[in-house]
Amino acid sequence: MKANCWYGKQDMRVVDVPDPKILNKKDAIVKVSSAAICGSELHLYNGFVPTMEQGDVMGHEFMGEIVEIGPEVKQRRVGDRVVVAFPISCGQCFFCKKELYSLCENTNPNAWMAEKFFGHSPAGIYGYSHLTGGFAGGQAEYVRVPFADVGTIKIENGFSDEQVLFLSDIFPTGYMAAEQCNIQPGDTVAIWGCGPVGQFAIRSAFLLGAERVIAIDRFPARLQMARDGGADTIDYEETDVYDTLMQLTGGRGPDSCMDAVGLEAHMPGLLYYYDRIKQAMMSESDRPIALRQAIMACRNGGTVSIPGVYGGLIDKMPMGAVMNKALTIKTGQTHCQRYLKPLLDRIAHGDVDPSFVVTHRMKLAEAPQGFDMFNRKQDGCIKIVMTP
Amino acid sequence: MARRSLKRTARRTAHGARDKAQAAVSRKGGRIMASHANGEALCPGSSRNGSLSQEKMWAYGLGLFGIGLGLAELMVPRRLARMIGAPPRHDGLIRAMGLREIASGVGILTQGSSATAVWSRVAGDAMDLACLGAAFMSNRSHRGRVALATAAVSGATLLDMITAQQLSRGIETRNGCISLTVALVIDRPQQGLYRHWRELTNLPTFMKHLVRIEIQDDRRSHWVAKGPAGSTVEWDAEIIEDRPNEYIAWRSIEGSQVDHAGSVRFEPASGGRGTIVTVEMEYRPPLGTVGAAVAAWFGEDPNQTVKMDLRRFKQMMETGEVITTEGQPAGRAESTSRK
Repeated sequence: MKANCWYGKQDMRVVDVPDPKILNKKDAIVKVSSAAICGSELHLYNGFVPTMEQGDVMGHEFMGEIVEIGPEVKQRRVGDRVVVAFPISCGQCFFCKKELYSLCENTNPNAWMAEKFFGHSPAGIYGYSHLTGGFAGGQAEYVRVPFADVGTIKIENGFSDEQVLFLSDIFPTGYMAAEQCNIQPGDTVAIWGCGPVGQFAIRSAFLLGAERVIAIDRFPARLQMARDGGADTIDYEETDVYDTLMQLTGGRGPDSCMDAVGLEAHMPGLLYYYDRIKQAMMSESDRPIALRQAIMACRNGGTVSIPGVYGGLIDKMPMGAVMNKALTIKTGQTHCQRYLKPLLDRIAHGDVDPSFVVTHRMKLAEAPQGFDMFNRKQDGCIKIVMTP
Repeated sequence: MARRSLKRTARRTAHGARDKAQAAVSRKGGRIMASHANGEALCPGSSRNGSLSQEKMWAYGLGLFGIGLGLAELMVPRRLARMIGAPPRHDGLIRAMGLREIASGVGILTQGSSATAVWSRVAGDAMDLACLGAAFMSNRSHRGRVALATAAVSGATLLDMITAQQLSRGIETRNGCISLTVALVIDRPQQGLYRHWRELTNLPTFMKHLVRIEIQDDRRSHWVAKGPAGSTVEWDAEIIEDRPNEYIAWRSIEGSQVDHAGSVRFEPASGGRGTIVTVEMEYRPPLGTVGAAVAAWFGEDPNQTVKMDLRRFKQMMETGEVITTEGQPAGRAESTSRK
């Protein structure tokens, strides 16, 4: 079959690889009908995530039809149309039972490696480095889905792929990030980053009762899409973010602030180059520019929610602000399985149609060009969906 | 409040006393014997975490010695030449040898006692011995002193070689022992976990270094582990302590190829959160290739290796099987992820 594989920094290739097989009794094989490129994959593309190996199959946002099941798959059958959650979770361990699926203890065969980096290992993730298991991903014609009963949701109504595909990651990710903001009536939520997760966070914040959402980015198409979702916007290249936020909130600051940017943040001015150089010299792995701003802007006693991906160490973290302002920090890989059903219900109810985020459609064979375009944010690219 | 904590202390003490009576691992007359709570162990004083292995300590010692000698060669080459009975007027050569010594020494200290750095000392020793050989042939040297110096350098060479060899094979021991303690919470009751473990034939399904275990009788078993180059290492072991649902301890019987003792403890985790499983194991690798194979089972970090074993046990008990990526597609020759 054809699969999009990682071969090095900014080097993706669609190559022929063997078809996946059932390897564990609770596996299913899914014939992929749609797969998306996730913003978090750009960190792999740009070489910021360690333990990638040449030939790793990419992709953790995908859906399709089950074509084979292992002997212990109970809730799914061949022929089921499913969306697959990006973390791989057993459903049996301490964390899965608490619905903290992205912290599953049993799905990372390389847990020792993650333990060295993080102290403890998170769950396995499709196509997201060997630190999270080295599982082959879904930017392929077929994909193996371990623990298929836990990690898939069956799509029975007549939704199009684009309406339900993003249950695999970005819709739950934006939703969980908003949920973490503990939104109260009248609250203002500021969101750094209007990429796909930021877009879903904006809509989720409103669904959860935010009075006002202020979205921060620099790309006109993304700011426009944020405004379409009801947000006020700040172009951080035009105005000072902190000052503007204070003006908009009477000096108090947003009730919660969200960093939907992560480790490759960008900003005008010298501080950006300070972090970029430190990162290039390997004395800092992540650039926490958006996170610093979010912490500084957040109101006293407020919440900073971080759906943006971080992988290692950051520098100049304003811990004094966190402590003295009594901030709450909430973060984590998304416990995606927890949101599959409730968010599918939201879609069915017409609360949100996730297909709004799609800007580009292409074939799997064009994945390398897709990555390049998404990385450069050319042509107003926000979300790419690929079909076989 | 005070009463509660007192009660808890009392319970803990009772627990400790029971443990003391009930044996884990220690040594008596060179043999592994029961006991562990009383502080005795198969490998007394072998510290488990963080400290340097004795091979690494040797390497550091040799590195420091080399730097000292090198400085002497560099600064007082003539006096050194007189001391070892070498002919005078070879200051340049001796200084060069000094620089070589220092380079190897610094190499060892900065590369965390890598085998390569110690091998560079062996190469240097060979050069030193060659020069001493040349000196011995020279008419202007003091042959008695040169012979003494040669003996000293030969001794150092031997030490360098042994250390380099052990490091190359990945053998790292503490007091001659590989010892480890690993604990993992498993979200299942003690009974099932104990039963699965007590069926010793199950151990090789999650302990990677074992090939199989054959049961001989209620207490005795025959262990077969991976040996060098596809061969096996085998020994007989006996269960020395068996408390249903709580604790199992075993050890290799006297005269085995591999000196080994181990125990596993099943304790309820607080708040009904399953069972804390604690594994302790000690291996005394023999010299030679069997020892190298034993060392290779556990690699540089025995705790980590056995924690992965224990994690597979957990996966089996919680989900019914061990999750794998072996055999999945990839755009390269072999598909597996690193383990």
